[in-house]
Amino acid sequence: MSTLPAPASVYRAKEGLGLWEHRGKVAAVGIGHSPTFRRWDGTPENSVGGISLEALRRAMDDAGANPADIDGLVMDPSTTTGAFWPKGKPLPWEAINAYRRTDDPLDGITGLSAEWILANMPELTGIGFTTYGVGCMSNAICVAAQAIGDGRAHTCLVLKSWHNLEGRYYQGGANAGEAIPGSSAIRSLWGTPACFGTAVQFAEYCRKYGKSHDMMAPFIENSRRNGLKFPEGYWAQHRPEEITPEDYAAARWIAKPANLFDNDLPIMVSAAYLFTTAERARHLKQKPVYILNHATSRTRPRSLTPTLDEVEEDTARTARKIYEGAGITADDLSFENMYDGFALFHQFHIEGLGYRGLKFGEALDFYQTDIGISGPNPVSPSGGNIGCGRSRFWMHTDCIQQIQQRAGARQVTGVKPEIAVSGGPMPVGGNYMVWSATPD
Amino acid sequence: MPFARKRAVAVDRIIVVAFNAPFRLEDSGEGMKQGVDPDDLTRPFWEAANEHRLVIQNCAACDRLQHPPARSCHQCRFGDSLEWKEVSGRGRIYNYGVVHDCPIRLLQEDQPFNVAVIMLDDDPGIQMYSHLSGTPVDAVPVGADVEVVFEATANGQKVPEWRVVAQER
Repeated sequence: MSTLPAPASVYRAKEGLGLWEHRGKVAAVGIGHSPTFRRWDGTPENSVGGISLEALRRAMDDAGANPADIDGLVMDPSTTTGAFWPKGKPLPWEAINAYRRTDDPLDGITGLSAEWILANMPELTGIGFTTYGVGCMSNAICVAAQAIGDGRAHTCLVLKSWHNLEGRYYQGGANAGEAIPGSSAIRSLWGTPACFGTAVQFAEYCRKYGKSHDMMAPFIENSRRNGLKFPEGYWAQHRPEEITPEDYAAARWIAKPANLFDNDLPIMVSAAYLFTTAERARHLKQKPVYILNHATSRTRPRSLTPTLDEVEEDTARTARKIYEGAGITADDLSFENMYDGFALFHQFHIEGLGYRGLKFGEALDFYQTDIGISGPNPVSPSGGNIGCGRSRFWMHTDCIQQIQQRAGARQVTGVKPEIAVSGGPMPVGGNYMVWSATPD
Repeated sequence: MPFARKRAVAVDRIIVVAFNAPFRLEDSGEGMKQGVDPDDLTRPFWEAANEHRLVIQNCAACDRLQHPPARSCHQCRFGDSLEWKEVSGRGRIYNYGVVHDCPIRLLQEDQPFNVAVIMLDDDPGIQMYSHLSGTPVDAVPVGADVEVVFEATANGQKVPEWRVVAQER
């Protein structure tokens, strides 16, 4: 039987649920990353299937886990950055036939099923539970944490992978046509790029609070600086270029007030984590990082794009869910790694959290202070998507590594890394995780 | 401001399309929006636009407008009471962005262009997008009053657009 998405009931999407029933009883113990690439080079080993196998094996090796002891696999079957295999283009049979296939020849090329993974990882002899956390790594880790807590698996691989093909994304298909279906046209006729909604929210934020786009420069500079200290990231591996405030000011607009550096770069990459019970974690190689809670926002905006009011209401609601289930307050956060894959909404996330006492409208002033990894108020120490390329998982990896004290040159030094929060993607609609050095 | 000029031409042409002759693609000129193929869910919206009326989906049971249209009411979750309600065609500019990197091929030569978010007077929670024909690029009067106009797309289907009628309230 094919693997199915996890039911909506798995996610902790409501307020008032109290402490998470599995608080401190699930832990992350292993991390595996593939190399990064801007686009697929056509080789089997660098296909999305190939890099996924590499990430999964690295995660098990990192944890010192025996593959035969793994009994769960949670992943996202969607891998597209926006790129799809063009209609009529010959299929890449050399790469397809380099692995054991499923019924879909593009499985492992422009998508990824659990069945493909299991067919190509014969060492995983004990898998009895597979499910999909559809969307991002943020979905998959919530699903995996709940599954382990519920006893559906005791040791689980969690996987998210991305493919990127040649050509500019979102430029083909319906966007190149003379006419589009009426349901799509309601939103799409005006030619807005993906960052448009965030750009409008940011414009309203600046109008309401008297801020300006140039005040984002320290955040962008900090993100890229941190990203260049993330050896698994794209910019560190391929283009070690810092961004100065002058670079930021001169960047071309995508949808003003969102410019090129406010948008992330689509890449190919895969990451896997190994989650297990707190009890089993004690016997593995790495220091366990305990999960205190997972939380979800499933809020639907009233109309085409969330207003600033809707964003602020929802980020505050999300924060209440995060804190309630974890049994913590904003004061307990050592650092934050909320999503940034549009840079212009990171402040919505951290204002909602009340990180370092921030209230709505204050984050851009906060960015003008010391937000670096050596100071008392680290912001996005992972560098996020802006510093490492589009994956939506650097933030999670960084939380685990920081708490394990193995973030290398990126290690926070101005705070003791004890409790951190990460998640996203959107401020309205996302999934979040609270990580801790101790189970209580 | 090439986009503003072209948009103005396109809106003027609506009169010809509406009263004199069937629309022909070769009349469309540059910079028109993609054509629209109405589907079952949205057909009443597009048919009304061709009649220069703005209708929005409404749940009669909840007395609540919703847009984009959906198969069921987002509040009560039922679809039985969904209807199409004509609204005033007046609104206000919430805020805007200026698109410099557009994914739609037909619009790319008109970059950069405004896209404003319009909030309807009938219910400010309901939004529509607008290129704001005649408004210079990046000079959108946030908070200004707007009224609906109807513009032909590449296949002759008309679409609600908006123009500024008064500055900020």
